[in-house]
Amino acid sequence: MTLAFDIVLSGLVLGGMYALIALGLTLQYGIARIMNLSYGEALVAAAFAALYLYTGMAVNPLLGLIVVVPASFAANWLLYQIVLMPLVKRAKNQGMLEVDSILGTFGILFVVQGVMLLTFGGTLQSYSYLSVPVHIFGTTLALNRILALLFALMIGGALYLLLTRTRYGTALRAIAINPDAARLSGIDIRSASALAFAAGGAIVGAGGVLISMFLTFSAAMGVVFTMKALIVVIMGGVGNMLGALIAGLLLGISETAVARLVDPGLTIAVTYALFLSVLLWRPAGLFGRPAR
Amino acid sequence: MRKFGWAALIVTAALFAPAHAQDSIKIGWAISKTGPFAAGAGVTTLPNYQVWVKDVNDAGGIKVGDKKLKVEVIEYDDRSNSEEMIKAVERLATQDKVDFILPPWSTGMNLAAAPIFNKLGYPQLAVTANTNQAPELTKRWPNLTFWLGLPSEIVDGIVETFTKLQKEGKISNKVAMIAVGDQFGIELSTATRAGLKKAGFDLVYDKSYPFGTQDMQPVLKDAQAANPDVLLAFSYPPDTFAITDTSKVIGFNPKVFFVGVGTAFPMYKGKFAANAEAVMGIGGSDAALEGIKWYIQHHKEIIGREPDRWASPITYASLQVLQQAIERVGKIDRAAVINEINNGIFDTIIGKVKLDNGLNRNIWAVGQWQGNDFYGIAPVGKQGAKAPIVPKPAW
Repeated sequence: MTLAFDIVLSGLVLGGMYALIALGLTLQYGIARIMNLSYGEALVAAAFAALYLYTGMAVNPLLGLIVVVPASFAANWLLYQIVLMPLVKRAKNQGMLEVDSILGTFGILFVVQGVMLLTFGGTLQSYSYLSVPVHIFGTTLALNRILALLFALMIGGALYLLLTRTRYGTALRAIAINPDAARLSGIDIRSASALAFAAGGAIVGAGGVLISMFLTFSAAMGVVFTMKALIVVIMGGVGNMLGALIAGLLLGISETAVARLVDPGLTIAVTYALFLSVLLWRPAGLFGRPAR
Repeated sequence: MRKFGWAALIVTAALFAPAHAQDSIKIGWAISKTGPFAAGAGVTTLPNYQVWVKDVNDAGGIKVGDKKLKVEVIEYDDRSNSEEMIKAVERLATQDKVDFILPPWSTGMNLAAAPIFNKLGYPQLAVTANTNQAPELTKRWPNLTFWLGLPSEIVDGIVETFTKLQKEGKISNKVAMIAVGDQFGIELSTATRAGLKKAGFDLVYDKSYPFGTQDMQPVLKDAQAANPDVLLAFSYPPDTFAITDTSKVIGFNPKVFFVGVGTAFPMYKGKFAANAEAVMGIGGSDAALEGIKWYIQHHKEIIGREPDRWASPITYASLQVLQQAIERVGKIDRAAVINEINNGIFDTIIGKVKLDNGLNRNIWAVGQWQGNDFYGIAPVGKQGAKAPIVPKPAW
């Protein structure tokens, strides 16, 4: 019984981190329709910002959120307006925008990575913050990882309510489902998309700061996070907050269960097996709507 | 007239070119500045190249014959891709016509580079390569030298250390071993498993985990439950940090705590501070040596941070060997320099270096954080070896 508790709680904490990483991408890809390949780089950039604030200016990472999150929002809004807007304007349909945005953000990936390499070098970075044990139901967990889970639940829950219970959220969902019809009903797609993209950026900023408290990172590591986020987003259903949250937690629990009960060498295998079976069983993701 | 002008220019250039070439010695390298290898190359290899070039040039250059030649650097980024690295090395030799080429970072890259270095006739001082094939390779390619010892020597050092501790009654025979699931982890854990079993140790937990894993809680919980006296991890820096951090959080306190690559990084001490005390890892240095003391301080002044205590001092020492070999030969004669590297005796920061069939034997297999330094503790009989602190104080 303690083992079961142990697996579920550790799994939730790991899954919380996955969900946190993925929530921003599901906004950017699901609503703004930008398949952002430089997503992981934005996450690492936020981690660097947290490191710099903590080691250079003695600002603790949680206070650092107050600086990094708005900065990341602004940077992503500008990125959308300046770099991505021309792509949005010339795209004749969603497919074209997706292809163009993949190519465009692929370029941005190298620019952001290059700037980070020049500024911070290629070495690994790691610091410790709130790495203290917390005892819950006989299980010991690290406080910093629990915080990441709580933030993921909070952000995911708030966005879910925002999208389903408010007028503006309904407009955003309309864009996600059918941009042409949304435009016909008087929704300003471009400004709403820019806002969704920037909000995704704010979340990735928060994610970067939080994971930097317990993960070792380097300027070259962005792609690892992009991959993980993509798996979670696609598994959960593109653009679905609750889906991303649940897919993330599910991955965390299954990885932990396999590591404890079967073999730790199989954690990656179980991730992809789960991903594959979700796609076979529900091609649009756990909570996605099949395209018509 | 115009034609004549060009011709004159070419003739002048041709006249001055050889004279110009003798003013400097061209040294090139292809190193991973981007991609997954950038982190390792950025800790161990590139900073030492930079420190060494600065040191040589500050001293007026390398003495070749009766002239001092300043080092001129040509650098390429191999983007952590072995094909790019090979192309860059070829370009350095054939187009840039550099006098010497410094090796890339990592075992895989150095093995991939070996045939091309050999074909081009350049010495390859493969410092960051750790492979049991080394003795065969140096026989096949005399220009290739290895500096970090063999994996089997690391394993011998580990088994020797644990056996001694057990005989002294400081630890039981229960060992938990975890290893990253790639060539490094599998090669070392396979050899260590055999060595420990032969020495009568009981492997109470023995698992590998996928490369890139930073969530070590499941593995460590099970290792902890097996109640070992020794935790032995063949891990890479991110997992090394995660294993230490998680062990601290879950209160896993084996008497011997041995973690893999990254333990010898100054960052490890920086991150875990007093908790690093008595943690063991691969490598080490004899911090009492004057050369090492000077080197650590000097590296910090130039690069802004301390070097790692495994391959960094050896990298710097290998460059000292290269310089001394060139100076003894007295001209840019690569075949003669290769011969001198293999047969000469050199004075370096790690002490006297004399290669044995292309292999540097002046190495530490196991080190331990004691106070502010990561001291070599095995091979136990090596001069300067410290006695290990066991049990490790609780976190």
